[in-house]
Amino acid sequence: MAVILDVSKLGINFGGLQALDDFNIQVHGGEIVGLIGPNGAGKTTVFNLLTNVYHPSRGGISLTGRNTLGKRTHEVTGYGIARTFQNIRLFKSLSVMDNVMIALHNSMSYSLPEACLRLPKYWRQEAEARKFSRELLAVFDMEDMADSPAGSLPYGAQRRLEIVRALATNPKVLLLDEPAAGMNPSETAELMRTIHDVRDKFGVAIILIEHDMSLVMGICERIIVLNYGLIIAQGTPDEIRDNPLVVEAYLGQQRGDSPC
Amino acid sequence: MQTLLKSTPFRYALNASAIIGLYAVIMLLIKTGILNRYQALMLIPIGFNIILAASLNLTAGFLGQLPLGHAGFMSVGGYAAALFSMSAALPTNVELPLALAIGGVVAAAFGLVIGLPALRLKGDYLAIITLGFGEIIRVIILNLKFTGGAYGLKGIGRQTTVTWVYICVVITLFIISTLMRSRHGRAILSIREDEIAAEASGIPTTYYKVLAFTVSAGFAGVAGGLYAHYLSIMDPSSFGFMRSAEILVIVVLGGLGSIFGSVVSAIALTILPEALRGFADYRMVIYSVLLVGVMIFKPSGLCGRYEFSLGDSIDGLCSRIRGIFSRKGGVSDGGDS
Repeated sequence: MAVILDVSKLGINFGGLQALDDFNIQVHGGEIVGLIGPNGAGKTTVFNLLTNVYHPSRGGISLTGRNTLGKRTHEVTGYGIARTFQNIRLFKSLSVMDNVMIALHNSMSYSLPEACLRLPKYWRQEAEARKFSRELLAVFDMEDMADSPAGSLPYGAQRRLEIVRALATNPKVLLLDEPAAGMNPSETAELMRTIHDVRDKFGVAIILIEHDMSLVMGICERIIVLNYGLIIAQGTPDEIRDNPLVVEAYLGQQRGDSPC
Repeated sequence: MQTLLKSTPFRYALNASAIIGLYAVIMLLIKTGILNRYQALMLIPIGFNIILAASLNLTAGFLGQLPLGHAGFMSVGGYAAALFSMSAALPTNVELPLALAIGGVVAAAFGLVIGLPALRLKGDYLAIITLGFGEIIRVIILNLKFTGGAYGLKGIGRQTTVTWVYICVVITLFIISTLMRSRHGRAILSIREDEIAAEASGIPTTYYKVLAFTVSAGFAGVAGGLYAHYLSIMDPSSFGFMRSAEILVIVVLGGLGSIFGSVVSAIALTILPEALRGFADYRMVIYSVLLVGVMIFKPSGLCGRYEFSLGDSIDGLCSRIRGIFSRKGGVSDGGDS
């Protein structure tokens, strides 16, 4: 598969704090990559840089062959990157259907006058989008919730709806920020199946941040470990599990090594 | 029956006949003298208050921002419309719609120019900056030659009739409600719900903020034009902060995010001060007591985010009646056996 996302020498400073430096990654189509590291290592910063919420101090990002430097977040979304959020950010008081329809905004093209006068293009595109939303929700067994407000959904369903909404923008790369946060082991197992299905059905590359090691080791083909804004290790789950640097980053040095 | 009620052409026909029917009833009431001359004239301020409230609801309720300069746009539109109709000498039925359109366009242009920088701010800061812009507009009008300065404009033709107001109200409500049920309206709603998520879902949030602000200002300008041709005088002092606050009170009382609520509350809050004419001095006291009361007992406003739909209401009524009949049928069946 071709390289879809090419990040080279990415770095950002917040004032005097170097939050991320020399971050390189190539992501191929349909790959599942894990991004792990202790709290404050810079994982979410990477996501914010990839979606241009932050603008990098150094380095560049090329998404499906296009340079995203200086672009706005919604433009980068149009290039084919979509994300979910660590703390769920749904349009809570709108219906599940509307949440998906909002993400389909750019797949429709009728203009403001066409909307206000309800010309045929409006009806046709709205009907198509509604049908597509229903089908997409059906893939995730959520079609019977279509009319309820998103905020009233159970926690797991809200997490799934965020993934549905992200997929509705037709991404090539999907960024999942702690998708298993707050889930019990059986929900996590179901989520793993969902993530696999998403990759297989939609052919997207997935980068996920996660603290739940069973999920990360279970589904990621490649893992990148960050600490203090630097990549300290990368490789297959087995390589990462035994890497002394990773163990040290998470657990600290062994007592025997230190003089006290 | 069920499918007919849900079909789009039927809904349109239903709404169109309701709009025409309501107009006929109003006209009949005026012609037969059930509404006296004074009461008939009251319909005009009710009308432009509906337009002002519905348009402010677009930014305050649907976009979720808090602008406090709506009276500023109303005055810009009013002056533009009045200046046009005073210099032009056209037949009334051509001149007024043209004047209103010009008022709307000029106000929308002001909305665009002010909205671009102002909408970089949020919440309290946006409220303060729009308040400032509203006052700046008023002071500029006060000091310009061609707007008549503090004297204002006098002798504007009294061309605003109940019919024209009714047409403008219908057009405003139609455009705002169709807008809100399109992809553009959903984009505006998504900004209210979560701006970061909206941007991440591919919504150009700045564009839609400015769009909502501009459309809202445009309709305020149309209302200003109606106002100018109703009072026949324009005076800058009547477009101060207090008027912006009055419009905001109507919107909040009716429910942020409910066009139907804005209509109900615009009618109520225009009639109320007139009905309590003896206490005219206490109008603002009543306003504040009402607002405090609503905020305590129903914080989301009278109608919350409810939208009235004639088709849905009839549909609901039919199924309720059918429910009653089928229950009765069931009982009689039991009696027979």
